[in-house]
Amino acid sequence: MGPEAEYRAHLAAGRFMIQRGATSGKAFFPPRTHEPVTGDAAKWVEASGCGTVYTVTIVRKRDPEPDYNIVLIDLQEGPRLMSRMDGIAPGEVKIGMAVTARIITENETPVLIFEPAA
Amino acid sequence: MNDPFPRGAAAIVGAATFGIGRMPGWEASDLAAVACRDALAQAGLTFSDVDGLFFCHGTDTLGGLSFAQYLGINPKFIDNSRTGGSAFQTYVELAAILLDAGIIETALIAYGSNQASASGKLVNTVLPNPHESPYRPMNPFSSYALAASRHMHQFGTTKEQLGEVALAAREWAQLNPAAFVRDPLTMDEYMSARMINDPLGKFDACLVTDGAAAIVMTRRERASDLVSNPVTVLGAAHETSHREIASMPDLTVTAAKQSGARAFAQAGLTSADIDVVMVYDAFTINTILFLEDLGFCPKGEGGNFVSGGAIAPGGRLAVNTNGGGLSCVHPGMYGLFAIIEAVEQLQAKCGDRQVKGATHAVAHGNGGVLSSQATVILGNPGSA
Repeated sequence: MGPEAEYRAHLAAGRFMIQRGATSGKAFFPPRTHEPVTGDAAKWVEASGCGTVYTVTIVRKRDPEPDYNIVLIDLQEGPRLMSRMDGIAPGEVKIGMAVTARIITENETPVLIFEPAA
Repeated sequence: MNDPFPRGAAAIVGAATFGIGRMPGWEASDLAAVACRDALAQAGLTFSDVDGLFFCHGTDTLGGLSFAQYLGINPKFIDNSRTGGSAFQTYVELAAILLDAGIIETALIAYGSNQASASGKLVNTVLPNPHESPYRPMNPFSSYALAASRHMHQFGTTKEQLGEVALAAREWAQLNPAAFVRDPLTMDEYMSARMINDPLGKFDACLVTDGAAAIVMTRRERASDLVSNPVTVLGAAHETSHREIASMPDLTVTAAKQSGARAFAQAGLTSADIDVVMVYDAFTINTILFLEDLGFCPKGEGGNFVSGGAIAPGGRLAVNTNGGGLSCVHPGMYGLFAIIEAVEQLQAKCGDRQVKGATHAVAHGNGGVLSSQATVILGNPGSA
C-alpha cells in the first residue's frame, strides 16, 4: 500500500496519522514514501490533533447555498494543512485560534476537519 | 556569487499581441500564430527562421509539437514546459542561454488562448489534490485569498490598499487602447463589490479573456542588424517554493525574493534602477507581495507603498502600465503579456501611457498559487 492509501486507511479507522523522518524526527504532511529533503525513511505517528489557524478565507455562495470557510492549520507537530472549521460560524474563525482535529464522514468518505479547542 | 547568466548576450527583436478580449471562432493556435507572424515581421523574419520554439498550450500537453506543425517548422529545440503563468519568463532565461551557447539562432516564445470564448472561465488543467478537494477551495481564488488574509493579519494591510492596486491597474488600462476593461473604477465601487473569497472580491481578480502574444529573441550582435530598437535581456532567474498553498513555507513571502535577487545581481542593477515594473497581478495581493519581494519596499510595507495612487499613472513608480491581468488581459496565463509591455515601454511605443525615458524594466512572472516565481530584467536599446 502506498503512503496516501495508508493515510486514508488510518483515517477510515478513526486515526489521524502523520509521518516523521526516522532520524530527524521532523513531522511532515502530506504523506510521502520518504522524508522530504533528506530522503530518509518515513515513520507513521499519531498526530496530537492540536493546532492553530494560520490563515482563513470564507467562500461566499449565492443563496440558498451557505457560505463556508477554508483554513490552513499549523499542527502542533509543525506541518501545515488545508482544512475547514466546523462548529463555528465562518465569520467567527480567527487567525491564531487554537483548534482540535476531528474525523467526520462526508459522502461516505472520512474527512479531517477542525473545531475550536475546548 | 552571481549566476553565470549571459548578461546582455540576447535581445528581443519582435514583440506582438493579438486578439485581446473576445475572439469567438478562433482556436488558441490561430491566435498565437498571428502574434508570431507579427512579432517575426518586426525583425524581417518569418516562421521558417525559427529554430527554437517555446510554447505552451492551455490544455494540450503536446502543444509545442502541435504548434511547430502549425507553423510548418522543424525546430532544433522545443520547450513545452509548464510552471504556470511564469513559464514565459523561464523561456526567456533558457532562450538567452541557448542563444549565447550558439545552439539556436532565433527563438520564438508564444502563447495563445481562446478560453474566454470557449468556456467563459479559467480552464482548470491540473490534478485535483486529495488534501484540498474535501474542503472545496475555488482555486486559484481561494489560495490567493488565504495569502491576502495572512498578509492583512500579519502586517495590517487593508482592503482599501488592495483596492489601490485595482484602481491603479484600471487607470493605466484607461490609457491603453488595447486593454479589455477601461471603464472608470472608484474606491466606493471597489469597496462595495461582493466578496468572493474573503478578503478578495470581483475587482481583486484578474480578467478572463482570450488573447495571444509572441516575442522573438536572437543574439545581440544579430539583433542590431535586424532592428534599430532591440531590447536586451540583462537578467533572468526563477525559483519554485511549493505547489499547493498549504505547502508554502510563509504565505507572506514568495520565491520572487530569490528569483528577483538573482536576476538583479545578474543585471548589475537594483530596484532603484528600474523605470517600469511589470508584475503578474493574478490578484491584487500579488502586486503588493511582488513589490516587497523584488525590493521596491520592505516586507510588510507593500500596502502603504501602493497607497495614495503611488503606482497609478503619475505616481511614484510605474507598475503594470498596460492595465495588468486585472484590467488589460488574462487568457489563462499572463506572463508573456507582462514581458511585451516591458519591451514596448523600453522601445517607447506606449503612447499615452509611455513612461518617459524608460531605460530598465522588470517583467516578473508568477505560476500556480504563488508557487513559481520568475524574474526577467530588460534594458532599452541604449542601456547595455
